[in-house]
Amino acid sequence: MNTQRICCAGFGGQGTLSMGKILAYAGMLEGHEVSWCPSYGPEMRGGTANCHVIVSDEPIGSPVVTSDANCVIAMNQPSLDKFVDILGKDGVLIVNSDLAALKEDKEDIRVLNIPANAMSTQEFGGAKLANIILLGAVIQSINTVTVESIDDAFTHVFEGGKAKFIPDNKKAFKMGYEFAQNYK
Amino acid sequence: MAVIFQKTKALTDVKLHYCPGCAHGIVHRLVAEALEELDEVKNAIVAVPVGCSVFANKYFNFDAIQCAHGRAPATATGIKRVHPDKMVLTYQGDGDLASIGTAEIIHAAARGEKITTIFINNGIYGMTGGQMAPTTLPGMKATTAKNGRDPKINGNPIRVCEMLSALDGPVYIERVSVSTPAQVTQAKRAIKKALEIQRKGLGFTFVEVVSSCPTNWGLTPVKAMEFVREKMIPYYPLGVYKDITAEEGK
Amino acid sequence: MAKVLMKGNEAVGKAAIEAGCRFFFGYPITPQSEVPEYLSSELPKVGGVFVQAESEVAAINMVYGAAGAGARVLTSSSSPGIALKQEGIGYISNAGLPAVIINMMRGGPGLGTIQPGQADYNMAVKGGSNGDYHNIVLAPASVQEAVDMVMEAFDLADYYGTPVIVLADGLIGQMMEPVEFNYVCKKELAPKTWALTGKGDGEKHMVENLVIEPDECEAWNKKHFETYAKIEANEQAWEEFLMDDAEYAFVSYGTSSRIVRSAIGYLREAGYKVGMIRPKTLWPFPTKAFEKLDKKIKKYMDVEMSMGQMVQDVAYACNDKNKIEFYGRTGGVVPAVDEIVEFGKKVMGGDK
Repeated sequence: MNTQRICCAGFGGQGTLSMGKILAYAGMLEGHEVSWCPSYGPEMRGGTANCHVIVSDEPIGSPVVTSDANCVIAMNQPSLDKFVDILGKDGVLIVNSDLAALKEDKEDIRVLNIPANAMSTQEFGGAKLANIILLGAVIQSINTVTVESIDDAFTHVFEGGKAKFIPDNKKAFKMGYEFAQNYK
Repeated sequence: MAVIFQKTKALTDVKLHYCPGCAHGIVHRLVAEALEELDEVKNAIVAVPVGCSVFANKYFNFDAIQCAHGRAPATATGIKRVHPDKMVLTYQGDGDLASIGTAEIIHAAARGEKITTIFINNGIYGMTGGQMAPTTLPGMKATTAKNGRDPKINGNPIRVCEMLSALDGPVYIERVSVSTPAQVTQAKRAIKKALEIQRKGLGFTFVEVVSSCPTNWGLTPVKAMEFVREKMIPYYPLGVYKDITAEEGK
Repeated sequence: MAKVLMKGNEAVGKAAIEAGCRFFFGYPITPQSEVPEYLSSELPKVGGVFVQAESEVAAINMVYGAAGAGARVLTSSSSPGIALKQEGIGYISNAGLPAVIINMMRGGPGLGTIQPGQADYNMAVKGGSNGDYHNIVLAPASVQEAVDMVMEAFDLADYYGTPVIVLADGLIGQMMEPVEFNYVCKKELAPKTWALTGKGDGEKHMVENLVIEPDECEAWNKKHFETYAKIEANEQAWEEFLMDDAEYAFVSYGTSSRIVRSAIGYLREAGYKVGMIRPKTLWPFPTKAFEKLDKKIKKYMDVEMSMGQMVQDVAYACNDKNKIEFYGRTGGVVPAVDEIVEFGKKVMGGDK
């Protein structure tokens, strides 16, 4: 695996920070070095929110991803526009296609358009699990952590009273994973 | 032979550096006697200010800390939170408490810190040489208000007891003076009561002592005490401003 | 203890509790507010005390009182708040009391920004209060190191009787990394027989700050400097990264050293013999790290999130100001890896 640099970006409230946290947690459970680095400040209150997650077999240098990203998840258009250029060669752009689209083709990257909002709304009655659907696509698309580790991470992140959220999260994750598997 | 008078053991033998006629000596003794009578000298910790009483730690014969200017109530908060079973006092002048340390005294009072503050109000900065204090009376001369305090230019004095009694945190607030023997007796009663209330853990207690500064007022000690009675006390009326123990008794 | 994924601000709060700290006095400020938030709920669970002070000034003076009363005590803030605390830090230092102060730095000066910065180096290392004094200053580069350094800070503070500043930044406060908490006191600590506890049947204790006689005050200062000499001899700490064959050395601490570490990866791939000296103590500055390298290194490349506040210390340590090149971003800007790679290539002679 070596080092995987992932950027999750969207509006505040879309769950970009928590999808990154689940990924980082899974990496930690597998014994990798991980870091989770959020944007912080006024934008937390409804503006853009993003976090950078690094999963690596070596001690992590910069926790901020400004180049050579392996994966960018863009949950809305401003995030796509802001972060598409940090993708490195053969990087994967995962787009919440209900709210964003890549305007100009880019060389050397792979793009997955996933209607995550619509999929979440259809299955769960709202867009709240779009982030986990996209996370499923991430795990299918790049070499980071196993599906089992993500399941493990769910049980750590959703503790106690929050455990009731685990089944839907697992389901959403699987939807995204399978969508990416069948993507052409 | 019967002992008819003995100096309190809660004061050291260090010679006081205060000017002739200064009331700090009287108030030090009242605080010391009150603690001794309550058998709390062994448990007492005093936070002393910046100002004339900056060396009060040398005179009080119990644990003491010299604080930054105005911060004694904060420092005392730190001490009391570590040792809730000890008697923690602050001893502060008017510049320290009512000017640079206004935030600290208000918030210690509002939090209901279980400490006792002794506030010496003589309406002047003594240690630095007679500058205008937050409690300098209108018309009263100071080296930074040479023609006398003009509220239009210099603003108005602060009545601290009145201000603090608007808060819910304090449980006992009294203003006393030491310009007559009867006032001295009452002052000691107030200090002792405040300490007793602290010992019961009821809340924040505060005793203001309207005092004098013959040196910086440019008056003899006797004239200075007259000034206290004739000018200071009418502006800063003596009496109990808050006492939840009295309310409980009703 | 298994590793947990924790935000830096919460992790340092837990570290303090693990190290036996039971008293926190503080004031909210971004980007460190999770420290007081965490401790407000966690300290009472272990019989501790959390007080949200009316101001930074009051908070540090509460720390002064609690330290004088013999407690392990913590406050935390971020740059403008730490500026306000300087008065109290000077008093604590002068009184020879132990206290731990965490600074999650942001961009400055003044209100500045809320994004990560390193421009409080001078305030922490050169002294932001009046008078001759030093703080011990520890500079973590990861959440785990922040945890370890907060724990160590309490021991150093108690051992030497001095304030210890843990100088991190908003990024370390806000980011999550896996951490574990293994507190082991490595110092032999004397009981605090000097503390204000009420004199009981013994002699009274005093915590003093005013020395009216200049000779006496000078002697007091000199006594502090005897302690500082011991600290300089014993407590310098640094990390050497890929220095064995290095011809060039980056010098960087905290978050900026993380960026440099990544940049070195690219530069090594490109064939440059470059490493890094990463100071872990900023005071005492790790001059020992430079002594053995002096002749070998062609250039020292100082990278900071400031306009170069550490440069003079590096120059002093390597004893040749002509060997120093500086690159910095400030005001809350975290440099990108690419910028550091470019800077390195420029200094080391262009593309290989």
